[in-house]
Amino acid sequence: MSEHFLFDLVAALVKILVFVHIALILAAYMSLAERKVSAWMQDRLGPNRVGYGGALQPIADALKFLFKEDVVPGHVDKLLYVLAPAMCVVPAFLVLAVIPFGPNVSVLGRSVPLVIADLDIGILWVFAISSLGVYGITFAGWASNSKYPLMGGVRASAQMISYEICLGLSVVGIFMATGSLRLTDVVTHQADGVWNIFVQFPGFLVFAIAAFAETNRLPFDMPEAETELVAGYHTEYSSMKFAMFFMAEYTSMFVFSALVATLFLGGWDIPFVSEAALRALGNWGALLGFLSFMLKACAFLFFYVWVRWTLPRFRFDQLMALGWKVLLPLALANLVITGLVYLLWDHFHPALGF
Amino acid sequence: MGKLVQRKPLSWSEQLYLPAVLSGLGRTWRQMFQPDITLQYPEERPVIADDYRGAPGLVRDDEGREKCVSCQLCEFICPPKAIMIKPAEIRDAAASETQGPDNVEKAPKEFFIDMLRCIYCGYCEEVCPEEAIFMTGVYELNGATRAELVHDKDKLYEIGGTRVDKIKKWKGK
Repeated sequence: MSEHFLFDLVAALVKILVFVHIALILAAYMSLAERKVSAWMQDRLGPNRVGYGGALQPIADALKFLFKEDVVPGHVDKLLYVLAPAMCVVPAFLVLAVIPFGPNVSVLGRSVPLVIADLDIGILWVFAISSLGVYGITFAGWASNSKYPLMGGVRASAQMISYEICLGLSVVGIFMATGSLRLTDVVTHQADGVWNIFVQFPGFLVFAIAAFAETNRLPFDMPEAETELVAGYHTEYSSMKFAMFFMAEYTSMFVFSALVATLFLGGWDIPFVSEAALRALGNWGALLGFLSFMLKACAFLFFYVWVRWTLPRFRFDQLMALGWKVLLPLALANLVITGLVYLLWDHFHPALGF
Repeated sequence: MGKLVQRKPLSWSEQLYLPAVLSGLGRTWRQMFQPDITLQYPEERPVIADDYRGAPGLVRDDEGREKCVSCQLCEFICPPKAIMIKPAEIRDAAASETQGPDNVEKAPKEFFIDMLRCIYCGYCEEVCPEEAIFMTGVYELNGATRAELVHDKDKLYEIGGTRVDKIKKWKGK
C-alpha cells in the first residue's frame, strides 16, 4: 500500500467528515433560520429562549426529537416505513460528494481539492442521485397506508419527476459553454470569465424554480401541504424518523443552494479577485474561496426561506402547468438559443477576425 | 340570483407572475426590518385597562374597614352562583377597642368566590350598593387543586386591596 493511497484515503475521509458535518449543522441551523426569518417577516421574535437569542434552539429540537416516543402505527408496511426516511436522507447526503467547496488546498506539500469526489460526470451524479430522493417520499406515502400520506407521496412523485426534466435541461447551456460536466471545471470556467447567471439567466431562473420543486419547498410543497394533507407523506411518522425527513429536506436545500452557487454564482470565485491572486495567498486564499462559496450558498438558502414566507402554495394543476407548459419550453428555448449562439460563434468568428 | 363577477383578463406582465413575485419579496423584505410587536409575556406585561373585568376582589376603605356589609346582593345576582357569603354580627364596642374599628353595618364572616364558576360578567360589581366588590386587573389564576381556586375572604381582600373613595360614607361612625 503506497503512501499516496494512504494520504488520499485519509484526505477523503477527513473531507467527508467535514463536509457532511457542515451540511448537518447547516441543516439544523436552517430550521432555526427558517423560524427566525419567518418571525421577523411577521413582526415576531422567533425562538429566543434557548441560548443567546435562541442560538441553541436546534440542539434543543434535536434532543426533543431523540427522546420522543417513536410511534409506529399498526397499519403500516413495516419494512418500507422504516426504510423511507433513510431513503430520503441518503441521496441528499450523497450529492454532497461532487460539490466543490473551495479551491485546492495544499496539505503536507500536496494539493488536495476541496471536493470529496471530483467526478467527470459531476452533474449527472447530482441528477441521478437526487432523483432517488423521490423514492423515499413515495415509499413513505405508500408504507403509511393511509390516505393523506399516499396523496402526498403520489404528488411528490409526479412533481419531482416533472421538474427533474426542467432541472436537467436548464443547466445544459452551462455545460455547452464549459465543455465539461465536472463541477470544478464549471467553477474555473466562471472564474476565468463571467458568472453563468449573467449569460444563462433563463437557465438560472428555470433551475431555481425547479430546485424549489425538487426540494418540496413552498410554493411547491404539494407533497406535505399542511392545509390540505395534514402533513403529507410524513403524517404517520414521529420522533427521529420524522426528524430524518426534515433533515433530508434541509440537506437537499443546502445541496441545491450549493449547486446554484457552483453552477450559476461562480462557486468559490470572489468577484474582482483573480484566481491567481487567490492562489498566491495559499491556504488562506482557499479559505477565502471556501467562505465565498458558503456565503453564496447561504444567500440562496436565505432566498429559499424568503420565498417560502412570501408566496402562497400553488394548486397542483397549476404546478404541473407551470412545469410542463412554461418551464420546459423555456428551458428548451434556452438550450436551442445557447446552442445556436455557440454554433454561429464558432462558424463566424474567424471570419469576423476576432 | 347570484352576482356574476367579471374576471379581468390578465395582462402580459401579470401572466408572467414574476413582477408580482418580486413585489411580494420586497414586501416581506421590508417587513423584516419593522419593529417586532411580540410581548415577552412573563417578563413584559400587557397594559390592563382600568375597566378590565379580571378576577373579582373585595376592597377596604382608607380606614382599613371592610366595605362589604354582606347584603348578599352579589350572591343573589351572580349568574353562575359562584359567590357564597356568610354574614356576621357587628362586634360590640368593647371588642372594637381592642380589634380596631368595626363596620358600622354588618360585615361578611365568610366570603367565597368560586373562580371555577365565575364568568367575569361583572354583575357583582354593578349590583353592589357599597362599592365593595370590584372586577380587578388580575388575570392570572391558577392552582394545583380545585380548592385553591375557590377564593376566600383573605384572598379576595388581597386581590382587591384598598380603594380610597371621595365620599367617606362611614367617616367618624
